[in-house]
Amino acid sequence: MSSSVSSSASALLTRDAVASRLKSRYRAENRFRFACASALVVGGLFLAVLFTSIISQGYTAFTQHFVGLEVYFDPDVIDPAGNRDREVLASANYNAIVRDSMKRQFPDVTGRTETRKLTGLVSNSAPYELQSLVETNPAIIGTTETVWVPASDDIDMLLKGKISRGGAEETRRVSDNEIAWIDTLEKSGLVDRRFNKRFFTAGDSREPELAGIWGAVVGSAYTMLVCLALSFPLGIAAAIYLEEFAPKNRLTDLIEVNINNLAAVPSIVYGLLGLAVFLNFFTMPRSAPLVGGIVLSLMTLPRIIIPARAAMQSIPPSIEEAAYGLGASPMQVMFHHILPLSLPGILTGTIIGMAQALGETAPLLMIGMVAFIVDVPASIFDPATVLPVQVYLWADSTELAFVEKNSAAIMVLLAFLIVMNLAAVIIRRKTERKW
Amino acid sequence: MSTVSSESTLQDRPLDSALDPALNPPIDDPLLEIEGLSLWYGDAQALRNISMKIPKNQITAYIGPSGCGKSTLLRCINRLNDLIPIVRTEGDIRFEGESILDPSFDTNLLRKRVGMVFQKSNPFPKTIYENVVYGLRLQGISQKSVLDEVVEKSLKGAALWDEVKDRLQERALGLSGGQQQRLCIARAIAVEPEVILYDEPCSALDPISTNKIEELMLELKKDYTQVIVTHNMQQASRISDLTAFMYLGDLIEYGKTDELFIRPQKEQTEAYITGRFG
Repeated sequence: MSSSVSSSASALLTRDAVASRLKSRYRAENRFRFACASALVVGGLFLAVLFTSIISQGYTAFTQHFVGLEVYFDPDVIDPAGNRDREVLASANYNAIVRDSMKRQFPDVTGRTETRKLTGLVSNSAPYELQSLVETNPAIIGTTETVWVPASDDIDMLLKGKISRGGAEETRRVSDNEIAWIDTLEKSGLVDRRFNKRFFTAGDSREPELAGIWGAVVGSAYTMLVCLALSFPLGIAAAIYLEEFAPKNRLTDLIEVNINNLAAVPSIVYGLLGLAVFLNFFTMPRSAPLVGGIVLSLMTLPRIIIPARAAMQSIPPSIEEAAYGLGASPMQVMFHHILPLSLPGILTGTIIGMAQALGETAPLLMIGMVAFIVDVPASIFDPATVLPVQVYLWADSTELAFVEKNSAAIMVLLAFLIVMNLAAVIIRRKTERKW
Repeated sequence: MSTVSSESTLQDRPLDSALDPALNPPIDDPLLEIEGLSLWYGDAQALRNISMKIPKNQITAYIGPSGCGKSTLLRCINRLNDLIPIVRTEGDIRFEGESILDPSFDTNLLRKRVGMVFQKSNPFPKTIYENVVYGLRLQGISQKSVLDEVVEKSLKGAALWDEVKDRLQERALGLSGGQQQRLCIARAIAVEPEVILYDEPCSALDPISTNKIEELMLELKKDYTQVIVTHNMQQASRISDLTAFMYLGDLIEYGKTDELFIRPQKEQTEAYITGRFG
């Protein structure tokens, strides 16, 4: 025990004592740094796992197997009368033509079930493709052509190695016969793997090999357009009013608190609101991007207002004073100085808000954007779905082939989000200002 | 605008500026007349019944310790205090006989006639050229020939022309602190005001830049009435014709600068200028 407090303190503060404690201080420092770095590493790992699993499952969806059919456009089947009447051409039995082409390849296949299985190697869109060929060019009737049609989803999966050829036949989705046929076709060069253009140009379909993402992309675009058109001007006007004109009193305090609360409301609640107000009360069209956009803009509004106000607050008041000091009116101060200077912040906030809206699913489920919609929407009033909901729908499907479609759809969605967030970062970088 | 007229105020005030002869130096040609001006920030009173006359084409300096209300008083002259919602004023300021505190008096017009230079130089993040012509653009003047002429005249007037004439289209924020402050002066005189207010214009500048600004102010005397708030008593004594000493919202003493610094009438003034407090 030391005799007095001061002497015990100075004993602890001698150069040696301080130096001996220095080591443990540095150790603590290093531990702390290590902990922080490992948090980052863990986060990065999760991200890597996520991306690897999505990409490894999804990249195969960008290609698709096609089967070459030696089609004889039989005049007796298509147009027995020979007068090339459009209605006759449209209602001909193209299924029979596909079946006949397949049977010519495999003449020894007999019996109803086996024949159906043989025709099932190709997508059941094949007859429609033949029909459209005939309708666009009736001169084709009577000739023999090699027509490439998509393989059916199971065959596609088999060829991509996602359905195993081993194991008992009953536990497989593809029978031994089907495997033998497709192998024969492959040997004679009638199977080809091509870029899956349809995935980027078609709407949804019950058949995985025909399903595309374009309907959802267009739906998302319309929804975002409505959302942006509503929330950007409203959000900025609200932010300007609150920041520059509103008196500071209890009412504006209450508004401010509630804007912050709105940003934290679970998104499905907005969906319920949309259902009750826009669909049931205002009887707006169900499943339409119009309603989706309105609902999402309610959700996006606080996410635009809050960063916009922060951006306006960060402008030094000296700029404002300088302008007022020269006789500027409040509107001139706003449009000459505050808005241009806070625009980077406002835009970043808006883009991030839009990116969140783009990824939103729950509120759209409530207003019917979850419906199965084949047609690509042509306007904001048409029934549509959006990318994340499309992912949700495909995740619900039982066909194995939808798994890869699903991952591919996620990749498309992520690509959009990454582009948007990158744009936000670039805007911020380019316009960063030092005072 | 109503003036403070109740007797109780006069009795309560030990120092009533209006009645004190020491506070009324003979001014023949007042441009601004402040009369019985009081100002409150919410409940806190920042100015107490100030009365004084500011002469034309002279430099009037406000000195006093921090928080004495000198900047507040300065900002009453161009009604920049209007930007603060909780501010309430009583009394009157007359500008060539017109009551400028009257709510019907147009502030935009007033601020065109009363320019201001701030403590922290605050050029806009635009080009030098655009900074100077901003006041004209506000009024819808956009003829290139007029603007060019004003830029040259104002920058020459602010003794900045020779330094920046080759880079008018460069960003104003690239200028040095002293240059920025002179640019702010050029920006203020571009709209040809009658009065220029300076709120501690040199407090962030080095002595050489300060010296340039002071020379400039003396140069500008022939055309403008100037009012400056300064912490620096040497500065006040160097450049001003009249000096007002303020303390805790009161105008303690107002007089010719030479007399005030050599023979202060009030004890508080003497204490402050000799450095015993403040």
